[in-house]
Amino acid sequence: MRYVLQLLIILFFSFCGELLHHFLPFPFPASIYGIVLLYISLELKIVKIENIKAVSTTLIMAMPIMFVPPAVGLLNNLHYMKAQWPKYLAITFISTFVVMAAAGWATQYIIEKKKNRKKT
Amino acid sequence: MSTTNFISDSAYIGVLLTISSYGIGLWLNKKTGISILNPLLTSIILTTSFLVLAGISYESYNEDVNIINFFLTPSTICLAIPLYEQIHQIKKNPSAIGIGITSGVLASIFSIFGMSLLFGLDHTSYVTLLPKSITTAIGMGVSEELGGIVPVTIMSIVCTGIIGNIFAEKFLRIIKIKNPIAKGIAIGSASHVIGTSKAMEMGQTEGAMSSLAIVTSGIITVIATSVFSTLI
Repeated sequence: MRYVLQLLIILFFSFCGELLHHFLPFPFPASIYGIVLLYISLELKIVKIENIKAVSTTLIMAMPIMFVPPAVGLLNNLHYMKAQWPKYLAITFISTFVVMAAAGWATQYIIEKKKNRKKT
Repeated sequence: MSTTNFISDSAYIGVLLTISSYGIGLWLNKKTGISILNPLLTSIILTTSFLVLAGISYESYNEDVNIINFFLTPSTICLAIPLYEQIHQIKKNPSAIGIGITSGVLASIFSIFGMSLLFGLDHTSYVTLLPKSITTAIGMGVSEELGGIVPVTIMSIVCTGIIGNIFAEKFLRIIKIKNPIAKGIAIGSASHVIGTSKAMEMGQTEGAMSSLAIVTSGIITVIATSVFSTLI
């Protein structure tokens, strides 16, 4: 019964996310509103972490399974992929390294700068 | 009734196929330890091959797995829990971490924008690739919202993760990123969950920072792409 209640809380936030998605003008997915609402509720102690932890951990662990059906939809987009895949692959490959370098350099630069300031 | 009809009409085969192929993927990955044998990738390939061989249409399969699709949004919302548990990590170095993740998000958007221009891609392809660095759950939502091709976005996200997982350690050494916080932020921002498993092997700080960057960069990307999606 405890787990049913946990699932109920999570479904309630999913519904609230859908509501916001429907009524607000931003192009954000419903789940993003849900994440933010649930996060705020956790911070404000409206929802206690132990009241959703068990079911949410299970759902997060099982999440990759939920990506399989939408990914298999590639079957219906094969004609599109046939022409474009080398470009997609190149962009995927190169941008991964660009992002890693940008995020890493920026973080390290600011940490080092702070350290130097403390020394002098 | 022929066997093919029986298989495609069964209410359980789709769910069975999806979950068991993922199980095989997990097993293969654990047994071999090869990064490119990612469980999700294996599962996608096995499921797709089965459907093609058995002559089952995607539409009929997708109807069967409605119960799996039902749980996607609720599971995504659960990402608030790791965010809640890891956000205190930010206090160690709020400006460095905040600027680091934001730089990663902007670098992702502008590198994809630049290359899309270079390759002459249309709007659909551009928004399909825009969320490729973030975690699948949020990324596919962004792609759908902006009018991208969701299955292609998922493939790009999974490949990004695998690339990060394989090359992160060497690449960070080459570009001289030595600080463990910076390493973690770089890996989490660039290659989400799949990269994070590598960051966790590299060290505790790297792992914690990388997991923090997953959801944070996802949320920043949602906001940033809503602004930059109209560039092409």
